[in-house]
Amino acid sequence: MNIDHTHFRQALQRTPFHDRYAAMSTTEHWATWNTYKVPYVVDKLSTEYFSVRSGCSVMDLTPMEKYRIEGKDAFAYLDRLLTRDLSKLRPGRVTYVAWCNDDGKVIDDGTLFQLDENTYRLCSQHHQLDWLLMSAAGFDVQVAVETHDIAALAVQGPTSYSVLTAAGIHGLDDLKPFGIKDLQCNGFPVTVSRTGYTGDLGYELWTDPDNALALWDAIFAVRGQYDIHPIGLDTLEMVRIEAGFIMPGFDFNCAEATVRNGYDRSPYEVGLGWVVHLDKGHFTGRNALVAEKARHAKRRLTKLVVDGNKPVGEAFIYAGKNGKQVGEVKCTTWSPILKANLAIADIELRNGKLPQSLWARFDYQRELKWNTAWAECHAQTKPFYSPEHKSATPPNPF
Amino acid sequence: MTDVLIIGAGHNGLVCAAYLARAGMDVLVLESSDSAGGMSAPRTISDDYRFPGLAHATYPVCKAIRKDLRLDRYGYVAGTPIDTIALDASGQHLVIGGNTVSGGELPESDAGAFPSFKSQYLEFARKIQPLFLNKPPRLKNMGSADLKTLTRLGWNIRMGLGKEAMYEFLRVAAINIYDVLDEEFQDDRLKGAIAADAVMGSAMGPRTPGTVLTWLQRLQGELNGPLSSQGGAQLVHALTQSAEDAGATIRFDARVEKILIDRGKAFGVELADGEMVKAKLIISNVDPRTTLSKMVGAPRLDTMFANRVTQIRGSGVVGKLNIALNGLPVFDGLSESQLGNRLLVAPSMRYVEHAFNHSKYGKCSEHPVLEVTLPSLHDRSLAPEGHHVMSLNIAYLPHALEGGWEEQKATVAYKVISQLGEYSPNLKSLIVDHEFLTPLDIESEFGAVQGHWHHGELSIHQSFMMRPLYGAAQYDTPVDRLFLCGAGSHPGGGLNGLPGRNAAKRVLELGGVK
Repeated sequence: MNIDHTHFRQALQRTPFHDRYAAMSTTEHWATWNTYKVPYVVDKLSTEYFSVRSGCSVMDLTPMEKYRIEGKDAFAYLDRLLTRDLSKLRPGRVTYVAWCNDDGKVIDDGTLFQLDENTYRLCSQHHQLDWLLMSAAGFDVQVAVETHDIAALAVQGPTSYSVLTAAGIHGLDDLKPFGIKDLQCNGFPVTVSRTGYTGDLGYELWTDPDNALALWDAIFAVRGQYDIHPIGLDTLEMVRIEAGFIMPGFDFNCAEATVRNGYDRSPYEVGLGWVVHLDKGHFTGRNALVAEKARHAKRRLTKLVVDGNKPVGEAFIYAGKNGKQVGEVKCTTWSPILKANLAIADIELRNGKLPQSLWARFDYQRELKWNTAWAECHAQTKPFYSPEHKSATPPNPF
Repeated sequence: MTDVLIIGAGHNGLVCAAYLARAGMDVLVLESSDSAGGMSAPRTISDDYRFPGLAHATYPVCKAIRKDLRLDRYGYVAGTPIDTIALDASGQHLVIGGNTVSGGELPESDAGAFPSFKSQYLEFARKIQPLFLNKPPRLKNMGSADLKTLTRLGWNIRMGLGKEAMYEFLRVAAINIYDVLDEEFQDDRLKGAIAADAVMGSAMGPRTPGTVLTWLQRLQGELNGPLSSQGGAQLVHALTQSAEDAGATIRFDARVEKILIDRGKAFGVELADGEMVKAKLIISNVDPRTTLSKMVGAPRLDTMFANRVTQIRGSGVVGKLNIALNGLPVFDGLSESQLGNRLLVAPSMRYVEHAFNHSKYGKCSEHPVLEVTLPSLHDRSLAPEGHHVMSLNIAYLPHALEGGWEEQKATVAYKVISQLGEYSPNLKSLIVDHEFLTPLDIESEFGAVQGHWHHGELSIHQSFMMRPLYGAAQYDTPVDRLFLCGAGSHPGGGLNGLPGRNAAKRVLELGGVK
C-alpha cells in the first residue's frame, strides 16, 4: 500500500473531486465535513441555489459515511439494527432508515442500498462503525467502512436527467425514485441511484475514485448546453429545509453522543415515526419504543412557515404571543422559490397535540442595533417544497 | 400449559420453584443432568466414595427460606459446627472459631483483638442485610419497596451502627482486606486465613479493592449460624422435597438449548433433542451470560444490552479435588479429633496474593491456597469402612491455563497434593483415586461461564443494582416473561438461596403469570 507520510501536513483530506472544485472556487470558502475539505459556497450562493431548483447542481458526496454490509445474515442484522420493516426492500432499491439505541433514541438516520442478495450499503450522517460492529455480535455478517473507497457525486435539479444523459450516461429513463442501476459513462462503470437530499429530481453517482475526475469532466463537458453549477453546503442547507429533511446532530442530538439526560430524541419526537415498525420483530430500541408509543408524545420536530421575512434562527417558540415558552428553532432558511420564511423547531406537545397558536420571539439587528420582535408560525405536516417533476418517470427532458 | 418453567435444578432454581409452587403456580424445573443440586449435587468416584459438591463446608441457609419452605420438616438440619484451622508448616496451627482464636503461640494482642474485630464486622454484615434480603433497588423510577430497602439500609448504617462505627464502615467498605487486616493484627497465619476467606471463589487477591465487601458477603452466611461440616446435599434434598410437595415437577436429563421468543416475549424453551416445552413464564437459574448470550442470543436483545452481557466479568479461579483415601491422614500437630474441622493452607496474606498473581498470567502457583475437609469424619457412609474422603478447594487455578488444562491437569493435581503433603506426610500413600474439577470442567459441567462459582465476579461494579448487569438487576430481563434466579443475580453465590427467593418474590410482585 502506498502511504503518504506527509498526510499530517494537510489538516483536511482532499476528495477525489477536489482539484476541480478548487479550480472553480472564487470564494475559497471551505468547510470541514467528516475530515474532508468541502465548499460552503463555490462561487455565488444564489446561482448555486437556483441550479438545484431550476437547473442542475453538482455536489461532492464523498465525505458521507458509507458502510458495506455483507454476509449470510446481512438482512437479519439490518432488521435488528434498523427500526424500519425491510421485508419489501429488493436488490437494486434504496430505502430511508433510522436506528436507535436501547432506550429508543435516534442514533442517526441514513439511506440503505441493497446492492445484491446479501450485500448492502448504509450511508449515514455520522461515523457509526463502533455501533455497527457492536450490533454485529451473533450474526454472520461483515461490516466495513467504504467511505474513502468510493467517489460519490450528487447531481440534482430539474435538468439533471438531461444533463447526465447528455454526459453519456444512458439508461436513466426507467430508473424510478429510490432505484439503483449499474451504468457506464464514457467507458467506465458508474452506479447511479435516484436519491438525494434536495427534494428535487436528482441522482447520486458512485464510482471508483480513479474515475472521479473523468466523471466530473463528462458532466461539465455539457455545460455549454445546460446550466450546471458545483454547489456547497450552504445551498444544501437551504434546499434540505425546503424539502423538510432533518439533520441528525443539528436538528436533534444523536443518541450515544448526548451527554445530558433527556437531551436525546426518539424517532416519534423527530417526525420519523413512519420508519418505525413495531410489529416486525425485535430490533434495538423496540421495547422502549413500544412503551413510548403507549404514551402521548412529549415533543415533535415541527416544520414552520414563519410570517414576515426576518430569519428566526436561535429563537424560542411560544404558545401564543407572550404565551408560555414551548420550544426552540433548530434551523431556518429563507426559501427563494417559495418566497417563504421557513423553520424547523423542537416543540413540546400538550396531550400529544401542538399548541393552537405558535409564535416565535426573535432578535434581529438593524444597523448594528438589536431589536426584539414576534412572528406568528404556521405548522406544516408536508414538505415545504415538493415539485411534481421530482418523481416523474421517465423524467421530463430539457 | 405450564405456568412457570425453571431452567436448572441448582439450589436457587429449587428455592424459586418451591416458593412459586407454594404460591399456587404450576412449576416445571428442567435439569440437564440426572440429579438435582447443580454445583452442590454430591459426586461419587470409584463407586464407593461419595463427595460433597463444590461447597463442602457451609453456613446454615437463610432463616426466612428455612421457615417459608419448611425445610426442617423435610429433613434439613444445620450441620455440626466446625472451626477453621489455619495450618502452619512448623505445626503451630491456629484454631479459629466464630469469635475466638487460639493455639500456635498467637500474640496476645491478636487473640485479644479478634473477638471485637469479628463482632464489628458481623455487625456491619447485619446492617447491610436488608440489601441482600430484597431485590436491589432501582435508582431511577424507584418503587416504594425500593425506597423501603434503601431507607432501612440508611437507617441501619447511620442509626444502628452509631457515628464511630459508621465512619469505620464507610472507610473500609470499598477498600481491600489486606490493609484492614494489617491494621488490626500482627500474626501472618491469622491474617492469611481471614484474607483467604474474603477472596475464596473470586478472581481477587487480598490486595484487590472490594475484598472487604466480598468478606461481608461471606459473613452474611455466618449471620445464619456457625460454619458447619455440611455440604449442599442435605439442603438440596430438603428443597427438592419441599418443591415437589408444593406441586413442582423436576424433569432430569432435559438440557435447554434455546429460549423461544416471539415479538420480545419468551414463551418456551427448546431442548437439546429438539423438544419444545411451552410455559407462561421462564426463569433461568443458569449463568446470565449463558442464558442471555446463548439461550436467548444477542440478535434477540438490544445492541448495548447484548454488549454489556459480554462484558460481565467472572473467570473462575477455584478448582475442586476429591480424593479417595484408604485411611485417615496424619497432620503434624493436629489430633485426630481436630481433622473434622476445615483446614486452610493460607499461611500469610502474601502467600495468598502470590498464589493469585500467578493466575492473573494464566499460570498455577506452586503454592496454592487450599481449603480442605474430610467429610467422611462426619458421615461414615461416605466411604467404605476404614476409608475416608478428602475434599479440597484449590485457589487460584486460571480458567485459561497457559498451555491448556488437558496437558497439565495431572501435574497440577500432583503439585496440589505435594503442597498438602508438607503438612500431612502420609497423605500420598493413602490415595486410592481422585477426581479433579478445574474451572474448565466446572464450566462444561455446570454451564457456569469460565467456571465461576458465582456466575460472575462479586465485585462492586457487579453487585446490587449492577448484578448481573444494569437492565436485568431486578431479576426480570429485557425479554418479557424471562427472569433470572441464579447466583449471577443479586446477592450472588454461596449456598444462600437468596437469588432464588428474591426472584420468586419479584415474579409475584409483577403479577405472577397474569
